Amino acid sequence: MTKQQANWSPYDNNGGSCVAIAGADYCVIAADTRMSTGYNILTREYSKICKLADKCVMASSGFQADVRALQKQLAARHLIYQHQHNKQMSCPAMAQLLSNTLYYKRFFPYYSFNVLGGLDNEGKGCVLTYDAVGSYEKVGYSSQGSGSTLIMPFLDNQLKSPSPLLLPAQDAVTPLVEAEAIDLVKTVFASASERDIYTGDKLELVIINAAGIRREYMELRKD
Amino acid sequence: MFRNQYDTDVTTWSPAGRLFQVEYAMEAVKQGSAAIGLRSKTHVVLGCVNKANSELSSHQKKIFKVDDHIGVAIAGLTADGRVLSRYMRNECINYSFTYDSPLPVGRLVVQLADKAQVCTQRSWKRPYGVGLLVAGLDESGAHLYYNCPSGNYFEYQAFAIGSRSQAAKTYLERRFESFRDTTRDDLVKDALMAIRETLQGETLKSSVCTVAVVGVGEPFHVLDQGTVQQMIDAFEIVAEQEGPAAEPDVDSGQEASAEPEPEQGAAAGEGVAPMDI
Repeated sequence: MTKQQANWSPYDNNGGSCVAIAGADYCVIAADTRMSTGYNILTREYSKICKLADKCVMASSGFQADVRALQKQLAARHLIYQHQHNKQMSCPAMAQLLSNTLYYKRFFPYYSFNVLGGLDNEGKGCVLTYDAVGSYEKVGYSSQGSGSTLIMPFLDNQLKSPSPLLLPAQDAVTPLVEAEAIDLVKTVFASASERDIYTGDKLELVIINAAGIRREYMELRKD
Repeated sequence: MFRNQYDTDVTTWSPAGRLFQVEYAMEAVKQGSAAIGLRSKTHVVLGCVNKANSELSSHQKKIFKVDDHIGVAIAGLTADGRVLSRYMRNECINYSFTYDSPLPVGRLVVQLADKAQVCTQRSWKRPYGVGLLVAGLDESGAHLYYNCPSGNYFEYQAFAIGSRSQAAKTYLERRFESFRDTTRDDLVKDALMAIRETLQGETLKSSVCTVAVVGVGEPFHVLDQGTVQQMIDAFEIVAEQEGPAAEPDVDSGQEASAEPEPEQGAAAGEGVAPMDI
């Protein structure tokens, strides 16, 4: 009598890649807009990026239904926070909330690989990278999703983030200027689109700085 | 009403068919400081008098934002009001989460009324001692409701509750027919005038009152003290002229410059914490 295997999975992977880079006074969060299932494309124009608070944006790849459910949960919790505290949640606060929300479903996880980007309480860029169950770390840059294996080594090469094991502790923020960071992100996605079949169509960039939030788009390979 | 043998429990009827505990709860509303509400076709304005316990303490918050499209002003036991506001906020958030659209005001007040009714029919509970003026906007237009501790609710064009509210009600009764089609700023002005009636002699200053607005294209928010003071000054000047009729030249000069009314309407996109209420 062999063990019964599941004949159905509650999860699906809609592919795609996300990247975020933190600077001294800005943060760039980017994701492609392709949504796939198996070897098919569902749509070329799906945004994986969600604004959670004034200075806090999340990009998530994985199973987009779970991503959407997670975004709604966080939005509702943020409203409650605003009612109680009379102000928006800061990026570090949202970071902890996201971690707790993910771990809450430790035994039926959100299939969502998240990258949180924004400005911290002092106005410095901050990027936090998560796994599906809420383990997170503040870093200078990160990528998640199907293209992350192609993107991450390249970012490591370019951005030389200091190891958290170094003493004295060094800043987790990159030396790049905003325009350079944007350029790097565009390059990185163009490269990922070449070899990752799930990444492509269009790149959506969100740039947060003291002046506010702005969005940019760039065309990527459609094949 | 005087103490009698039927007023100990909320679950005891009097021979005349009254529930005295519920009526006593409504008395508590009359003891609270005044709150007024008025609406036009597109906007609803809530106002309240800030009563502080002593010179040393701050005043209690009586106007609460429930959602972008709904706000509430309370009179009576403010603690009960706070708890009910939290309930209302939760209901709005849950509805938005499930249906991706704002909770219609009429539904919310019914839920609130049903919640109040429960407390009139349980021996281990007491009625909420707070009256709520619920101001909201939905697909069917601008609405103002009054929810009582009894579990009843009524829709109004304009209403006032709390102590000395009769003076405000008299003013509103005189003017309410013009409210439907009036402008947003005039509606706020009328609210301030109504508040002034309840002050009965005391000078109307922005520190004494709180005003909040919700309307088409304008999420619910409390007007900041500066804006309120400007509006008070604007119409106080006009009011003063009506008194001394013996100075026509000065009057006409002042009247021309008495209506700055700058960007109160633009308060919606201010970028200050959106829940700054």
